[in-house]
Amino acid sequence: MTSVGTPVTRVDGPAKVTGAALYSAEITPPGTVHLAIVGSTVAAGRVTAIDAAAARAAEGVLAVLTHDDVPAVASPPHLLPSLLGAAAPGESFFPMQDTVVHYAGQPVVLVVAHTYEQAHHAASLVRVDYEAAPAITTIDQGRERAYDAERLFAGLMPGREERGDVEAGLARADLRVDMSYRMAANHHNALEAPSTVAVWNGGELTLYESTMGVRATQQTVAQLLGLPVSHVRVITHFVGGGFGSKAMVWPHTTLTAMAARIVGRPVKLMLTRPQMFTSTGHREEQEQSIALGATRDGRLTAIRHDKLSITSLFDDWAEPATGVSSQLYACDAYLGVHRLIKGNTMTPTFTRGPGETLGMFTLETAMDELARRVDLDPLELRLRNVATTDPRGNPWSSGGLEECLRLGAERFGWSGRNPAPRAQPDGDWLIGTGMAVAAYPMAFFMPPQRARARIFADGSATVATSTQEFGTGVLTMATQVGADALGVALSDIEFQAGDTDLPNSTAAVGSAGAGMVASAVHEAGTALRRQLVDLAIGDPGSPLHGVDPASVTVTAGRLTSSDRAGATDTYGELLGRNHLSDAEATGTWRPPPLDTPHGLLTFGAQFAEVAVDPQLGLVRVRRLGGAFAPGRVLNPLLARSQLMGGMLWGMSQALLEGNHTDPRTGRWAETNLAEYLVPVNADAPEVTVDFVEVHDDVVGPLGAKGVGEIGQVGVAAAIANAIFHATGRRVRSLPITPETVMEPTPAAAPT
Amino acid sequence: MSTTESRQDIRGPHCVPVTVEINGRGRVVDVEPRVSLLDALREHLGLTGTKKGCDQGTCGACTVWVDGRRVLACLTLAAAAAGHEVTTIEGLADGDELHPMQRAFLENDAFQCGYCTPGQIMSAVKLIEEGNATTDEDISEFMSGNICRCAAYPNIRAAVRQVRDAAGGAA
Ligand code: FES
Ligand code: FES
Repeated sequence: MTSVGTPVTRVDGPAKVTGAALYSAEITPPGTVHLAIVGSTVAAGRVTAIDAAAARAAEGVLAVLTHDDVPAVASPPHLLPSLLGAAAPGESFFPMQDTVVHYAGQPVVLVVAHTYEQAHHAASLVRVDYEAAPAITTIDQGRERAYDAERLFAGLMPGREERGDVEAGLARADLRVDMSYRMAANHHNALEAPSTVAVWNGGELTLYESTMGVRATQQTVAQLLGLPVSHVRVITHFVGGGFGSKAMVWPHTTLTAMAARIVGRPVKLMLTRPQMFTSTGHREEQEQSIALGATRDGRLTAIRHDKLSITSLFDDWAEPATGVSSQLYACDAYLGVHRLIKGNTMTPTFTRGPGETLGMFTLETAMDELARRVDLDPLELRLRNVATTDPRGNPWSSGGLEECLRLGAERFGWSGRNPAPRAQPDGDWLIGTGMAVAAYPMAFFMPPQRARARIFADGSATVATSTQEFGTGVLTMATQVGADALGVALSDIEFQAGDTDLPNSTAAVGSAGAGMVASAVHEAGTALRRQLVDLAIGDPGSPLHGVDPASVTVTAGRLTSSDRAGATDTYGELLGRNHLSDAEATGTWRPPPLDTPHGLLTFGAQFAEVAVDPQLGLVRVRRLGGAFAPGRVLNPLLARSQLMGGMLWGMSQALLEGNHTDPRTGRWAETNLAEYLVPVNADAPEVTVDFVEVHDDVVGPLGAKGVGEIGQVGVAAAIANAIFHATGRRVRSLPITPETVMEPTPAAAPT
Repeated sequence: MSTTESRQDIRGPHCVPVTVEINGRGRVVDVEPRVSLLDALREHLGLTGTKKGCDQGTCGACTVWVDGRRVLACLTLAAAAAGHEVTTIEGLADGDELHPMQRAFLENDAFQCGYCTPGQIMSAVKLIEEGNATTDEDISEFMSGNICRCAAYPNIRAAVRQVRDAAGGAA
């Protein structure tokens, strides 16, 4: 009986529903004191004076630290995505090294006090004077300074993708669709604020950190503090959501460690909700435009996709928007260009479905428009253009797009849809339906992943790797994979994670987390099983002595051979007879090479039904349906939840989430959950999730492609297309807010 | 930088002992009057099951019961809870036996990261008692004070329905 593929409830579920699960700020070593950070109120300029007298005199204050007190970092941070497995600072800048201010909220003073209240009260007493300089924080302010980005993601990806002759392709086209959008910045707003507890023991540092990558945190902090990596240990029991905000290592973590060293006590930091808007990056404000050229029968002849966005002064960061638009459809001529403006913001960062969710919004709303212009059903237009290989001519590692489109359409009841806009009134509401393709690239930048499997003479087992649980269900899935690989019952095996003392695994980003951990755990479990099978075969005392190893199966810790009916041994007895208290093995999974001759996309299809009140500008999503082909589904219960969560994030991206800076101050306008809207229960419709089975033996031994982002991709486009279908109008900005949907006079309805 | 513990010119209020009954047990906690019930639970009483999501009354992660009514612990001063009965997520299960709502959350996979979960469960139990769980619309409306950023909402509704129906439809 195998556990993988069954809907096992979360192994960490009981701890989470009883409140026993510990998140980082809930660790309080004896003597712990509290840190509050004072952030800059100006977005550019310099600190001219700091008056900390009142703060220092406040009750319970242990230290007020300025740039004069904070030590110089040992080596400057260099942005590198944490998936690479090396040090991964979120930006190539470390604050409090001098008086210069690059962005609002940049840490300028640290206050340490005995209690949380004392620290925050004292922080409010610190007076900082600035010489403010003009700041650029919006695209409009910096438009003339835009430049072509050579490389993105710290050099990892080209800023420009080109094949064929786009101008010729557009000229040759029978018709051309042009779309352009303004997209507001997004903030992750995980429910748990980023938290750090720093504990020094001599020259060794232990951090309890809310991170999506314990290993990345360990290496980054070690590099910044000039410590051997072996002297930094990072422990993460549970993380209250990440969505990309905890994928990179941000300055507050190292500042907490510095403060702890200075005061000689364990120091705890939990950022405040407003500070979460200025401490862990964001999805950058951007503009995207696309030009599609097509023949009269809807075949694409050219795609030109442009993105303009704002980055920090120190890094060329842009969410890559063209990774899918460059390869999803068969089209000989493609040009994708990222342009950047340097401004006074933090370096933007991964935000769920980085880049491609908005890139696909642009592509898939343009495809909807094209369908209308060539008078084809939007679904049919997609089917007509689907690429059967990647642009290099390589086969997909696994496909499934066509099946997702057909299954999703069937489950949603798409066929027979009247394509005419405004054709379905329902009282004050106009009803519309829309669809879009979902596709997301797989990234294999990570180094080899390791895990350890161990079994004890009493039959109990563990598998371990340093990954962390932030809601993906990795603890559960890795337990299932470990149980199957080793051949023990789920109840007999425990998965250990969240500690850099465990074997290496990389930060869980880009949907890769569960897949890579599962692969490493599979290798470790399989290696240990082989070792024990060999032990049994070589053991004259074993009923399986001398059988062919290929004939042996292990279930629930019991070894049997198809060559010798009735003969059984157990792991426990085997170990006992051989005077072994335990046995262990390490397994390593090597990701496929970057130049693997395969196209690497995960596919799906999204369908949405909306109701729009054109007088009030209200949009209600009545239902969402998605069909996905994520390869092997390790646990359908958890995969469904993850995909559903992603789809609701897509809804939120379409209708709710956006932040702007005030151009006068350069500060974010919305810095709490009352103003920055995220969905609440009443916003969330029922969601249907279906799976299309595809087999993939390129992406790892289990064939799991990941479900973290694919659920979100395409949803915003499907909703925008449904709004068009309902109203006959295309809104050119995200989020689609009531004032952009509202029609000036109800009678002036276009036909 | 200076150490100021011994200074006379202190600013900030003194600690006061606050007596609260928490999960059926009388507890005395020495806190400044400005300490919230949430921080008293998490930082002073070792009851970290109640979560801090915003500290501003916007997310519901800190939902506890005071005298049987759901309240936001981040907007309640610990001192104001003196003499009242506080119930937290740690007080919900009967020993190892999960409360039906806890079981329903587990079975319906009504959470991912789990950070909103204690607050959701404390709200959900009361929702049914209040008679606000009769329809799906009611459930979504009356659970909308509890944000789940992982967006487990449809599964949260399923969990509430399951407990409501097992209880014979409280309304
Ligand atoms: S922490 Fe109390 S409502 Fe968010
Ligand atoms: S489970 Fe993560 S916030 Fe609800």
